[in-house]
Amino acid sequence: METLKGIIAEHPFFAGLDDSFTNLLVSCASNVRFKAGTYILKEGDAANTFYLIREGKVAVEVLAPQRKPIIVSTLGVGEILGWSWLMQPFQWKFHAHAVDDIRAIALDGKCLRTKCDQDHDLGYEILKRFARIMEQRLEATRLQLLDVYGAGR
Amino acid sequence: MAQRSEHVLDSGRLGNLIEALACQGYEVLGPTVRDGAIIYDLVGSAGDLPAGWTDEQEPARYHLKRRKDELLFGYAVGPQSWKRYTHPAEVRLWSAEREGATFRILNDEKPERQRAFLGVRACELAAIAVQDRVLREDKYHDPIYERHRGGAFIIAVQCTEAAGTCFCASMGTGPRVSGGYDLVLTELLGSRGHRFLAAAGSNRGAAILTKLQTVPATEEDRQEAAAKVDAAARQQVRSIDTTGIKELLYENFEHPRWDNVASRCLTCANCTMVCPTCFCTSVEDVTDISGSHAERWRRWDSCFTQSFSYIHGGSVRTSAKARYRQWMTHKLASWIDQFGSSGCVGCGRCITWCPAGIDITEEVRAIREGGRDGNP
Amino acid sequence: MATAAICDPMLPQPYAVREVVKETPDTFTLSVKPENAVNKTAFQPGQFSMLWVFGIGELPISISGNPELHDRLVYTVRSVGQATHALVNLRAGDGLGVRGPFGVGWPAEAARGRDIIVVAGGIGLAPLRPLIYQVLHNRKDYGRLVILYGGRSPRDLLYRKELAAWARNRETQVLVTVDYGGLGWRGHVGVVTTLFKYTRLQPARSVAMVCGPEIMMRFVVGELETQGISQSDIYLSMERNMKCAVGFCGHCQYGPHFICKDGPVFQCQALRKLLEKYEI
Repeated sequence: METLKGIIAEHPFFAGLDDSFTNLLVSCASNVRFKAGTYILKEGDAANTFYLIREGKVAVEVLAPQRKPIIVSTLGVGEILGWSWLMQPFQWKFHAHAVDDIRAIALDGKCLRTKCDQDHDLGYEILKRFARIMEQRLEATRLQLLDVYGAGR
Repeated sequence: MAQRSEHVLDSGRLGNLIEALACQGYEVLGPTVRDGAIIYDLVGSAGDLPAGWTDEQEPARYHLKRRKDELLFGYAVGPQSWKRYTHPAEVRLWSAEREGATFRILNDEKPERQRAFLGVRACELAAIAVQDRVLREDKYHDPIYERHRGGAFIIAVQCTEAAGTCFCASMGTGPRVSGGYDLVLTELLGSRGHRFLAAAGSNRGAAILTKLQTVPATEEDRQEAAAKVDAAARQQVRSIDTTGIKELLYENFEHPRWDNVASRCLTCANCTMVCPTCFCTSVEDVTDISGSHAERWRRWDSCFTQSFSYIHGGSVRTSAKARYRQWMTHKLASWIDQFGSSGCVGCGRCITWCPAGIDITEEVRAIREGGRDGNP
Repeated sequence: MATAAICDPMLPQPYAVREVVKETPDTFTLSVKPENAVNKTAFQPGQFSMLWVFGIGELPISISGNPELHDRLVYTVRSVGQATHALVNLRAGDGLGVRGPFGVGWPAEAARGRDIIVVAGGIGLAPLRPLIYQVLHNRKDYGRLVILYGGRSPRDLLYRKELAAWARNRETQVLVTVDYGGLGWRGHVGVVTTLFKYTRLQPARSVAMVCGPEIMMRFVVGELETQGISQSDIYLSMERNMKCAVGFCGHCQYGPHFICKDGPVFQCQALRKLLEKYEI
């Protein structure tokens, strides 16, 4: 049975972190579950947690009038859900809903924010990693926008 | 190739050569004056040849002028090369008839008459060799090219003068011919009269020569001919330095000179029409009104057209810049990777017949030596 | 390695339609058989034919069928214009002309004994399907098979039943994603490059075969290289305008390559300098 520390320490996202930082993260972490079909986070709500997905698929969605929710991307095992906890106004911009039963590790963003403000070295390490995720997601999103499979220009 | 003996043929007897070829069933094609240009067309006698005519060629300028003498081949090259006969501009590939739900290809091709090409220049011989490599020496062989070019009797005539746009010397394709002909003539006009130095390049060339009244060539004849051809080489004012030209063009895909030439190029496709090595074609499927008879036609096409690179969604090369760059890079660089030699034979037609006067030799120079602003 | 003999590469041979199956709202799969016994149906996965509808026109279409079935040739056609529209509206018994097969296909020898990563986008799965059949039919000659497939939306996905069936093979992983998820879609949403994170590739023993829109292929190559797969182990199927398929019309040139006879499958290394160039 893996410990929280083991999971976090071995996760590629946190690779290279000082042991003290890892311990800090562990102290902010907990195991969580979501049933398929439920919402993990909702647009407009306060963003104080982020998740490391361990099982199941999560759909990031936009709600639009007169339409069913539009899925803009899905995140699976090993991926990080949520970055709005890092920046003002600390509010979710999208819905995230569990496509399958989800097991995840929830990390206390509020607690981490405070610690990052106090310890800039930790702050830099966290921001570096989230910047990388945003870069990857932005690149993928741009590609998605191109509608390359569409029927001609 | 075995060294064949050289003969001298009096100029007045050139007509006998034409007759001898006609007697053997050849349709003789040679230079004629028509519409103010030298055009390769049917010749029945020496009287059809452009005696006493020469051509003045400069970028965007072609002009026939009367000579002071009566040389029969005293010009360089006309607008069109022998390509219009070996690789026809419009040709039917096949026809088919509907048969119920299916179809049947009809076998109704008429055999072509054998042709003789009289007056093939060194650059044109080189161009034929270039097209041979593309159309009958690669993975697939074009039966139409084979039909039209295969048995052609070639009488090469070496240039004794160069036009303003010629640069075959720098391309290594002339003005001296080096093979691929049945007969080679060099026209001489001097104190010893108006005559041709003639040599066979094949058995059937030698056979035709025996039918003509000739005398053996003397050493003076040979030297006079050699000197004339050398003079034609020295007369050339244009040249392309082909050293490393493939890498030069491959590595300068974004050179500002391309924008410079694009501002002048009209993408009119004249250059590809007059170029003796351009081979691109397109096909068109047609039916009759009843829809029971279908034909596929092939006609010349040009990479300068907007639709040349069209795939669903749009053309790949839409800008004039991309299209000019494609043509020049293909001609001088990619061709080497594709077929083992340059696609350009230095005939200068593209320079003469470009309405904007774009000079391929100048464009190469500008990319090789020019500043980053695209100016030479 | 036997390639089909071509009677005369310039003349269409008469074939008859066996059936036309609708795959998506605009894409259909045609199965055809030769009229004469003399016409062979052998081909290499990755090759294409020129399909002719009497009097309308001729198009290059990749062969998308099973190379083990010798009584037919199968093509998956997307209806985007007049000629493709005519093709997909043929019915069983109708005649059409076929020339080919032409081109260089997926490298069977280079792939032997290695893990095969198939990355397909949209209709790009069609020229890869014969390769997939070949690998599954000769399973012991190859290592793992990973199929990553991206489409526009769920209803634009090709061969859905087969994808599910392929996934049930041993040592075979199939992942599918769409750019636009729809009602009832519980699968991945996002571009095909986002599927790599769900794989465990062994780069040193992997060969990648990629086909799809050029933009997609460019990004996939980047992702494959990030995964540690070298350009000499990546193969792409390219597309350009084609009129003759035999290297004479000049239309299909891509840099110095004739897509019809030097391709359409190319080793990525040969194309690297061309992929990033605009209007080439």
